[in-house]
Amino acid sequence: MTGYLLRRAAGALAVLLVLSVVVYATFYIAPGDPARLACGPRCNPEQIAQVRAQLSLGDPVYVQYWHFLQGIVAGHDYSTGTALLHCDAPCFGLSYQNNQQVTDMLIERLPATASLAVGAMAVSLLLGTVTGLLSALRRGGVTERVLTWLTLAGTATPVFISGLALLMLFCAYLAWLPFPSYVPLTEDPEQWAWNLLLPWAALGLLESAKYARLTRSSLLETLAEDHIRTFRAYGVAERKLVTRHALRGAVAPVISLSAADFGSMFGGAVLTEMMFGLPGIGALLVHATVTLDLPVVVAVVMVTGTAVVLANIVADVLYAAADRRVALR
Amino acid sequence: MTTDLLTTAEPEAGVAPASGARQVLRRLRARKSALAAAAVLGLLVLLALAAPLLAAIEGQDPNTYHDALVDSARGGVPLGDFGGVSAEHWLGVEPGTGRDLFVRLVYGARVSLLVALGATAVQILIGVGTGLAAALGNRLVESLLTHVTDVMVAMPLLVFAIATMAVVPGDFPRPLLLAVSIGLLQWGGMARLVRAQTLSLKKLDYVSAARLTGASSWRVARRELLPSLAAPVITYAAVLLPTNIVLEASMSFLGVGVKPPTPSWGHMLSTATTWFRADPMYVLLPALMLFVTTLAFTVLGDGVRAALDPREASRLRVGRTRRKARTSGAGGAA
Amino acid sequence: MTAPRTSAGPADARTASGPAADGPLVAVSGLSVAFPAGPGGSPVRAVDGLSFTVPQGGSLGIVGESGSGKSTAAYALLGLHRDTGADVTGSVTVAGHDVQAADGAALRRLRGGVAAMVFQDPLSSLDPYMAVGDQIAEVYRVHHRGASRREARARAAEVLDRVGIPDAARRARSRPHEFSGGMRQRALIAMALACRPRLLVADEPTTALDVTVQDQILGLLRELRAETGMGLILVTHDLGVATSSVDELLVMKDGRAVEHGPVRDVLHAPREDYTRDLLAAVPRVNVRRQTRKDGLHEPGRDDSALREASVLSEASVVPGASALPEAAVLLEASGLRREFGRGKRAVTAVDDVSLTVRAGETVGVVGESGSGKTTLGRMLVRLLEPTGGRLSYRGRDIGGLKERELRAFRSELQMVFQDPVSSLNPRRSIGESIADPLRAAGKLDDAAIVARVRELLERVGLDPASYHRYPHEFSGGQRQRIGIARALAPEPKLIVCDEPVSALDVTTQAQVVRLLGELQRDLGLALVFIAHDLAVVRQVSDRVVVMRGGRIVEEGPADTVYEQPAHPYTKGLLAAVPRLEAAEAPA
Repeated sequence: MTGYLLRRAAGALAVLLVLSVVVYATFYIAPGDPARLACGPRCNPEQIAQVRAQLSLGDPVYVQYWHFLQGIVAGHDYSTGTALLHCDAPCFGLSYQNNQQVTDMLIERLPATASLAVGAMAVSLLLGTVTGLLSALRRGGVTERVLTWLTLAGTATPVFISGLALLMLFCAYLAWLPFPSYVPLTEDPEQWAWNLLLPWAALGLLESAKYARLTRSSLLETLAEDHIRTFRAYGVAERKLVTRHALRGAVAPVISLSAADFGSMFGGAVLTEMMFGLPGIGALLVHATVTLDLPVVVAVVMVTGTAVVLANIVADVLYAAADRRVALR
Repeated sequence: MTTDLLTTAEPEAGVAPASGARQVLRRLRARKSALAAAAVLGLLVLLALAAPLLAAIEGQDPNTYHDALVDSARGGVPLGDFGGVSAEHWLGVEPGTGRDLFVRLVYGARVSLLVALGATAVQILIGVGTGLAAALGNRLVESLLTHVTDVMVAMPLLVFAIATMAVVPGDFPRPLLLAVSIGLLQWGGMARLVRAQTLSLKKLDYVSAARLTGASSWRVARRELLPSLAAPVITYAAVLLPTNIVLEASMSFLGVGVKPPTPSWGHMLSTATTWFRADPMYVLLPALMLFVTTLAFTVLGDGVRAALDPREASRLRVGRTRRKARTSGAGGAA
Repeated sequence: MTAPRTSAGPADARTASGPAADGPLVAVSGLSVAFPAGPGGSPVRAVDGLSFTVPQGGSLGIVGESGSGKSTAAYALLGLHRDTGADVTGSVTVAGHDVQAADGAALRRLRGGVAAMVFQDPLSSLDPYMAVGDQIAEVYRVHHRGASRREARARAAEVLDRVGIPDAARRARSRPHEFSGGMRQRALIAMALACRPRLLVADEPTTALDVTVQDQILGLLRELRAETGMGLILVTHDLGVATSSVDELLVMKDGRAVEHGPVRDVLHAPREDYTRDLLAAVPRVNVRRQTRKDGLHEPGRDDSALREASVLSEASVVPGASALPEAAVLLEASGLRREFGRGKRAVTAVDDVSLTVRAGETVGVVGESGSGKTTLGRMLVRLLEPTGGRLSYRGRDIGGLKERELRAFRSELQMVFQDPVSSLNPRRSIGESIADPLRAAGKLDDAAIVARVRELLERVGLDPASYHRYPHEFSGGQRQRIGIARALAPEPKLIVCDEPVSALDVTTQAQVVRLLGELQRDLGLALVFIAHDLAVVRQVSDRVVVMRGGRIVEEGPADTVYEQPAHPYTKGLLAAVPRLEAAEAPA
């Protein structure tokens, strides 16, 4: 187990290194003149030259990349012209927009993203597995047909449609809920939950459709296996066949997928954050993209990549734990 | 001499494999939902193709402002019922600008389908190429490509797609850019599928037999592997299409997709978020179009997958298909 | 009969004592099972008007070829077709319980409590997530509601011990994948024993097992029956397995009973032609091969002819190999070795194997699963590259050649594969598949190729007009013939046959074996015949090689190896082969 984790960690490190090269090439080399981007459209040549010096753009590309990597691993010192600024590891540089440290911006945005991810994941897992279980158990009945269509509709709905529908219904017409605005958990837990109710529902409902379909299909697949037939041939009741013999194998892929999804939610719930005005990392990314704030874009991509890579390791370990036929190698 | 021609002791010809295209089509036709979805999609493609014609019939074009049709006193809400539906404007006009909604919707269908199809084509190209190379290449190639594929599958596509928009020059044609960037980022699943399929095909004896004929590996791949890969690749493409449509709409919704004034459902929806109290029609129409399209593709994809899966046909039997190989001569009809 | 011992509470008494304990154990009359049609097809009638009875404590072997409906009939005994969409008519009574009329609860009590089933594949038939003992305990508690967890566990350990699992109490906590194939099958039998059923239904219980393990399991079944007095219905395709384990035989074909009677009567005086053909086609491990001069025996139009032939062959002592000791060496392997995987996980599949194949001879390779025989075969035709050792064809080293360099030799070394389904591309017509090597060689024009393919089709006993037909239109035996035609097309010197008949029914098997023999005689081919079935190998081989764990343990002329085996492993293998003759011999 320890050996496995070490090997996976080494693999993850390699992947992240490759990612950093690709990201650096894409965002700092490909666009041509980052100094002009950093400085903004109304810069005069002196300002551009100053920025160029600040970003050490005169150095060879590999030296620049090395600085970039060094910043992430060990931190970095910046001069803003007037003062020397130390940027602790992991350092993704300074925002082109306001010279704030990108890492601080990310940390500031993390609580909103995490709140959304945790709640939505809980909603979707609970709802998804129960729905999937129900539709597999009620095979051939009206329940199954209804659930099948509901989950189909769920997978076909983009979150900005369902979010819009929820907003219109609960906030505009019924006026049961205020238009959501983010309140930190530390400030007021009740308001926090109240305001996040709609985002959780919007994202969680849609994600649950995916889990419901997966639960159902993997349950049906397990139910068709030979060992189920054995216990049926020994008089074990159908309900018990499902709960004792089929469910365990069937939830393994669901757990594994949800762990991977959880990782990608740390950067991937962009739409939901934008839809409900949550000050999360996804919203930050969109803003940074529109304003061409490259250090922020790069940081979000790297952080999301890291979260996903880690989540995948967790997913594999969970899968192996649930499905003992799989050996970790 | 000849041995006695096939005595009665030989069992009847086995059940035909599920791979024949004709059989798949027959099974697909038996699923009403898949047929309905195909019909909806056919209509949609027709709409998209005939967009200029339809616009001409209605007598409108997608980009003309009609200031007279919106109530500037109330911030630009269309005059008239249901968002300004009239004989000239079949589905009303856009709030704020007064542009014809019907024409913008059918032109939006064009963008949506074009981007989605283009992205799918890129995904198939890269996915099949990578998957084949990973399955047929030597150990180094295999482990390299498999790793790259794993990374591509894991990475959150929307984040990356948004990020790439930050570094591409603004004058690059957006629909093309969207198709390429979605395609370049989301081929991992296809590559995995092709690799797994190829690996299991490679183990089949007929591929070994083809190698024994002295044919080159390229010839073996082309004649024995590629035809068998067509079915799973098409199925998976059908699954990818709705995802691609949603991605395009998402990016346009976020303002990093197609640029105005090009009509796009996603962009309309994002404008609509500010109008939904005053002009619900404007939310409803693009939302409906997008929903119906993705639903139809999903249903069709489900149908194709089920039709290709021979297990679907034999679900009613007692157990799973019996062990092959050594024991396959022993099975009863159960 | 011995009444089942009752010991664990009232539930046991209820399940064990049926309404009519003195009647027959099993009474089936007019049983028909039809499966619903797929799209566009007609319903499949798998069992058609089957009737038979088994007395209390009696045993019946249901034998037949694939598609004969034997397993379907067995499943009906436990009402396993219920809710599957199959249409079951007729009456089935097990220990006085009307299976057809029983409600859900009654049927569940019957399953396991009165009649228990042992399935074919022991690995997939056990829950992979649960300890073996817990699985047995669960079944026990289904039928003994009052039993505590501890009692159920104790019973599980007890039955596991009874079926010969060493250290049963501890091994009960292991999961199925920690057991060997034979132990898993023992565990399944233990599960069947747990509730002291009066009838054991075993569906091909040994088909997935090696011959030595099969022998042990059959012995265990006999022992258990003698001890508990339970009845047995054994479903199998292997007549040898059936005859050594049951009192009566029921031969099925196309869903109907062809012949039914005591084992000795059926074997000795078969009334039906089909039974006779079936018996004649069974390869016998103790009968010498026909020499090529005699021509090949016709697996019997009638049984006595076969006996005469076998007597004849023993009289004309001309072992095939000794006929051509001076023939040129075609293929020579020395110290051949093949590993899979690397580092700690490396597995040596073939280890230091040396083998010579001369022109025109047949070398049989026998071994149990995992013995490395298939890997060896694939190396001989260079589908696999040897990890070590030397492989030379007509004096030239071909062991390390690259794919491109191998092309010159490809046409001379061909292979016939095991699985008739996967050995032909389903998307290409059989004519095209056979034509492939001819086209690759590029020596003939199109018309000549088609003519040659037609000739080959005729040569292997198929209609030349079937050139444009597709593999799924053919039966397993026909597909094997197509595979042989494809191997013959480039006019090879040597064909490696990897289990060419093991997926076929016994009558088809005999035909394909005969075809291979004829082709060898007429074309002077060298054959390497790989199989797990010792009897089939003896039928065709001049020389025999016995493999175990990747190594050759014994090698020699076929008759010597079979009649005076030197290695204890070979002796054990031969002793484990079930023989028809044991039951045939008049008492």
